[in-house]
Amino acid sequence: MWEKFLKSRKQIIFTGVFIGVFAALLQRWGNPPNMGICVACMLRDISGALGLHRVGVVQYLRPEIIGFVLGSLISALAYKEFKPRGGSAPIIRFILGFWAMVGALVFLGCPWRTLLRLAGGDANAFFGLAGLVVGIWIGVFFLKAGYNLGRYQRSSSFIGWIMPVIMVGILLLLIFKPHLPSGVVFFSIQGPGSQHAPIFLALLIAMVIGFLAQRTRFCTVAAVRDIIIIKDTYLFTGVMSLLLAALISNLILGQFNFGFQDQPIAHNNQLWNFGGMVLAGLAFTLAGGCPGRQLFLSGEGDADATIFVIGMIIGAGFAHNFDLTSSPNGPGRWGPAAVIIGLIICMIIGFSMSDQFRKKREA
Amino acid sequence: MIEKIDVRGLSCPLPVVEVRKRLLAVNEGMFEVLGDSGTAKDNLVRMATNIGWKVEYKDCGEEFILYISKERQTKEKI
Repeated sequence: MWEKFLKSRKQIIFTGVFIGVFAALLQRWGNPPNMGICVACMLRDISGALGLHRVGVVQYLRPEIIGFVLGSLISALAYKEFKPRGGSAPIIRFILGFWAMVGALVFLGCPWRTLLRLAGGDANAFFGLAGLVVGIWIGVFFLKAGYNLGRYQRSSSFIGWIMPVIMVGILLLLIFKPHLPSGVVFFSIQGPGSQHAPIFLALLIAMVIGFLAQRTRFCTVAAVRDIIIIKDTYLFTGVMSLLLAALISNLILGQFNFGFQDQPIAHNNQLWNFGGMVLAGLAFTLAGGCPGRQLFLSGEGDADATIFVIGMIIGAGFAHNFDLTSSPNGPGRWGPAAVIIGLIICMIIGFSMSDQFRKKREA
Repeated sequence: MIEKIDVRGLSCPLPVVEVRKRLLAVNEGMFEVLGDSGTAKDNLVRMATNIGWKVEYKDCGEEFILYISKERQTKEKI
């Protein structure tokens, strides 16, 4: 019977708990505070290591990102779900990835780190979480209005291997650390970029997460979206498991410190903590999933998700080069303006790609 | 009459959004949904079951067909 094939809640809860516990442990083993895992921050660090921005304190080739993609790839191959595909408005996906990253860097964290910051006692993250929910809610408004980026096409297996091959390339750069005359590959010697867990330990943990998340379709954005749009709490169960597991692990490890002030890699300008995550939440929802999910999809051959991730990496470069990103002192000089511009762009994408508004224009 | 819905090539969450809209619009009947991703299959089965529809499926190579059905409920007959 089909019931046998339904994913049980046990699996999604196990996935959430695994991520929560090991995110706390990765911090214990060397990753930056409340940043055991942060997909946006880690892609930003990779962007910096490759020289796409030159902020010396956030440059490192994070093995967690590599592990997510390769773990998902292994799972997809093992369960015959590796399906090379693409062509569903790739340029829109690039733009959404770009602005999702800008929003995340104004808040200082992706949805995963929002949960991990909360689990570490960082009360500023409540405002980021509220912004995320509002952003997702706006995205759901468009989905209900028939928002659609068009159908993807099945393609040659080459297209599905692009992201895994890029990740193997980054892994080789991480292992051999070549130093070219231009200065790349850059590795931070101080700041968050210099803080990292042992390479192969982080890689192994991330591969297990990638494997589990590919199987269970774990997604922090869909967790909220599914509640609003189809009243389904399956993924939300996983996200809550992550939050609780990370909270308990942090309490045990002595990594919990509640408050608004002096939180690590965070600022307390609540308007832009909120605003940054409204932008990120909207962009993630319009692209179909959180940054972790985009990595897992790219591992199973989804070239549209690959383009989104590349948009995030390029977005991180721009965000730092143009002073859009926040620091512990607050938003960058042009951060708030960038959030507003990003929101306008995402709203234009939402309206222009929704059947309901398209029909009205054509009428 | 069996209504057919083709969700092949639609990224998450569009298959669920589209099929749910159609199911709720009629609240009884039979649908045949053709899809091509494991995520869509899992999500559609869960969504349809949650709102009281019966679901069976058949794998056809890299694609799947879901048979989603619901009979008129007794209450409505009265």
